[in-house]
Amino acid sequence: MQAFADLIQQLERSPGTKDRVAALAAHLQAADGADGAWALALLLGKQRRRLITGRRLRQICLERSGLPEWLFDACHAQVGDSAETIALLLPQLALPPAPPLELPLAEWMETRLPALAALEAEVQAQAVLAIWAALPDGQCFLFNKLLTGGFRVGVAAGLVTRALAQVSGLEEAELAHRLMGGFEPSAAAMQALLAPLEAGAAAPISRPYPFCLASPLEAERLAATDPTGWQLEWKWDGIRAQLIRRSGQTFLWSRGEELINASFPELVGMAEGLPPGTVLDGELTVWLPQAPQPAGFGPLQRRLGRHKPGAALLRECPAAFVAYDLLERGGQDLRPEPLSRRRAALEDLLQGLTEAVATPATGLLRLSPVLPLGGWDALEALRQQARSVGAEGLMLKALDSAYGVGRRRGLWWKHKLEPMELDAVLLYAQAGSGRRANLYTDYTFGLWDGEGRLVTFAKAYSGLDDSEITELDRWIRRHTTERFGPVRAVEPLQVFSLGFEGLQLSSRHRSGLAVRFPRILRWRRDRTPESADSLTSALALLEDPAAQRSAFQR
Amino acid sequence: MVLPGDGLIQLTPEGLYCPAADAWIDPWRPVSRALITHGHADHARPGCGEYWAVAAGEGVLRQRLGAGITLTGVGYGQERRLGGALVSFHSAGHVLGSAQIRISAGGETWLISGDYKRDADPSCAPFEPVAADVLITEATFGLPIYRWRPGREVAAEILAWWRAAPQRPSLLFAYAFGKAQRLLAELSALGVDEEVLLHGAVQMLMAPYRSEGVVLPPTRPVSELPRSESLAGRLVIAPPSAHRSPWMKRFVNPQTAFVSGWMAVRGARRRRGFERGFALSDHADWDGLLRTVRDCGARQVYVTHGNSDGLARYLREEQGLAAEPLGRAFEVERSEEGEVGAAAATAVASPEAAS
Repeated sequence: MQAFADLIQQLERSPGTKDRVAALAAHLQAADGADGAWALALLLGKQRRRLITGRRLRQICLERSGLPEWLFDACHAQVGDSAETIALLLPQLALPPAPPLELPLAEWMETRLPALAALEAEVQAQAVLAIWAALPDGQCFLFNKLLTGGFRVGVAAGLVTRALAQVSGLEEAELAHRLMGGFEPSAAAMQALLAPLEAGAAAPISRPYPFCLASPLEAERLAATDPTGWQLEWKWDGIRAQLIRRSGQTFLWSRGEELINASFPELVGMAEGLPPGTVLDGELTVWLPQAPQPAGFGPLQRRLGRHKPGAALLRECPAAFVAYDLLERGGQDLRPEPLSRRRAALEDLLQGLTEAVATPATGLLRLSPVLPLGGWDALEALRQQARSVGAEGLMLKALDSAYGVGRRRGLWWKHKLEPMELDAVLLYAQAGSGRRANLYTDYTFGLWDGEGRLVTFAKAYSGLDDSEITELDRWIRRHTTERFGPVRAVEPLQVFSLGFEGLQLSSRHRSGLAVRFPRILRWRRDRTPESADSLTSALALLEDPAAQRSAFQR
Repeated sequence: MVLPGDGLIQLTPEGLYCPAADAWIDPWRPVSRALITHGHADHARPGCGEYWAVAAGEGVLRQRLGAGITLTGVGYGQERRLGGALVSFHSAGHVLGSAQIRISAGGETWLISGDYKRDADPSCAPFEPVAADVLITEATFGLPIYRWRPGREVAAEILAWWRAAPQRPSLLFAYAFGKAQRLLAELSALGVDEEVLLHGAVQMLMAPYRSEGVVLPPTRPVSELPRSESLAGRLVIAPPSAHRSPWMKRFVNPQTAFVSGWMAVRGARRRRGFERGFALSDHADWDGLLRTVRDCGARQVYVTHGNSDGLARYLREEQGLAAEPLGRAFEVERSEEGEVGAAAATAVASPEAAS
């Protein structure tokens, strides 16, 4: 495990892409098969199972050290990570010296850690303490992290594939494809991953293609091009998904590479009607049979993560797959074909399907319509219509483009609607984690109710730049009125414009409203807290989202 | 929590005040008489009528506050009468000339710690434990996650870091007064006798240290070297404010590191954008704070700076001591060094104006 701990440290100390890739490649090259496979799985964040809760480790640390809980929590607020907090507190445990323990990463992951997790109460505490005493300094943090799951190295997947490409001599795109749909950390899987093309074992039939991703629109770049070279579509407000039908089996993958067959039985049933060797790229939505537009993200959320949905839920929130690309037809990879050809093939495929499976406008499988685009000056008007059809903006895809791996700037653009906007008052702050540890960066905001009180409305974590974060952090420290563990209540003086994508009624929130993807748009130093928005203005947005720009824009 | 209004030391808008001596300790605003624990900007501010400080720190103070200030230099441990009070300065081990200030009057003794550390530091006198009835202590690093390794060990790591990059300049960022000289003295003790290059802000502090007899390697301002001269393999010490400033343009492909107690935490290291962070502080760590409270034997403890709430609560609940934090007035805008800049200090001195 020392070599992996050293790699993590080296990555932390190397700011440059080149150095990072070199460090990764050197490690993957040198590591023994199983160790390398585990290192890769951890680097890709694909191995994040929690074996022991952070709470349990904290308890072991507290019992042994005699430190009060509140002090541990204060430390945690400063560090932002319980695994690291415990590693830093180990000297306070006064553990007896023990001979150093050095085991391969694979042995920790496959044998030692699961065995530790299976132990009971006091025996487990003693075993953990014995390991803490025996681990070299730099490994305690890593050990805690691997035990409590959710370990993130902070290295982009693209760099890891680049390193793999250096080690194997394969193309990055090929490796990205081979890594789709999960990587089981074993020496055999590692060998298969890096095997030369010609020797390639047959790919598993479940394997999805890497998603082609869009970039936020750069209007000037677009305006310089010919509108007839672009395919214009709605940007649907669902989740990206890939539907695979191969060898009589169906696989529905989310963008996060989760297999979500169990949550969407009606789509899996629908896919049985697809010809063999078909892969569709599209948007998962909830769409009622007779409705003119999808039901929005709220109902979709009720379906996500719900295995085996009941009959009532299936009836209330029926799913539909809105197809916009065809990646494989008759088992042939269509991705190198230009979009115009893939689109024609997609329309052709859907037309050939029986009425029971789909029609382009209704049913379980729909065709994402292509919108007519006269010229660039018509674009903005179309975008403004998006909300009225239940979309969150527009997509622009170059008709002559191949289906790329990941984000290739300039081929696919997304042009989202302006977010809804409200001015809210900062009420609480909590320290962030990771690189935001010990900085107050997790903010809770309130709106006025009818009785002159501020009611918590939304939390936001992003939108301020580094210097604003630092400035606000200092302000928060000096204007704290109360502390609740790691949370500080502050004087209600600072106003921020919050942007969000959607709003719905919710009985679980004190304000009665749930917001989708809230973030800070601007720090409104020009505004007094009294002039912030009220719950009434939020409710008005809920009733008429289109009204916001005229009624509430200042 | 405010100090009792009739005590030996009171809290005024200008800062801690001793009516018996008619003197303020490290005042935030200009006052008639200031007793200064040490020369860092959040403790020594310009504009006071007269200053009292340790003689060893006189050079630094005059340089920072003006050569013409009225300054009475006092030796460590020397007792002076000021009005109805006896005042003495005792080594705090923080930086050159740093002191804890002990004040006695009416049969009661208070000790104001200023900033201090318990670890060995070849660039200043070691900390001296002082007994008192009431202690006002700092708590900049008042959490048990902070536990320092010996300065010599960290200096050895820094030396290895420097030596491992003979093709690149090594830019070491450290607070200009105190930390930089401590590092130089530690490097000297490790046998470094080649010239180390300095940013102008660090250079300014070298003369006071050399004249106090601190053993340091030869140093030179970077600005004295011709621009064409390669700096590969050279060690350069600069204040953290120079990081990512135009001053950095002088260096081709440098490696960078920051030396500070805050670097003990991974998130702080990642956020700052230095390639390396070395955890070394001139403040007391958790164990050092507890040990100092114990050594002092005070019946009442007040805590300022940093985690003042937490340390006070720990002393109260876990050690049965009478301990209170001294309130928001001391929760200063500290930089990564636990220091404040002049602008921030003004804001702290008048919290009502800041909001």
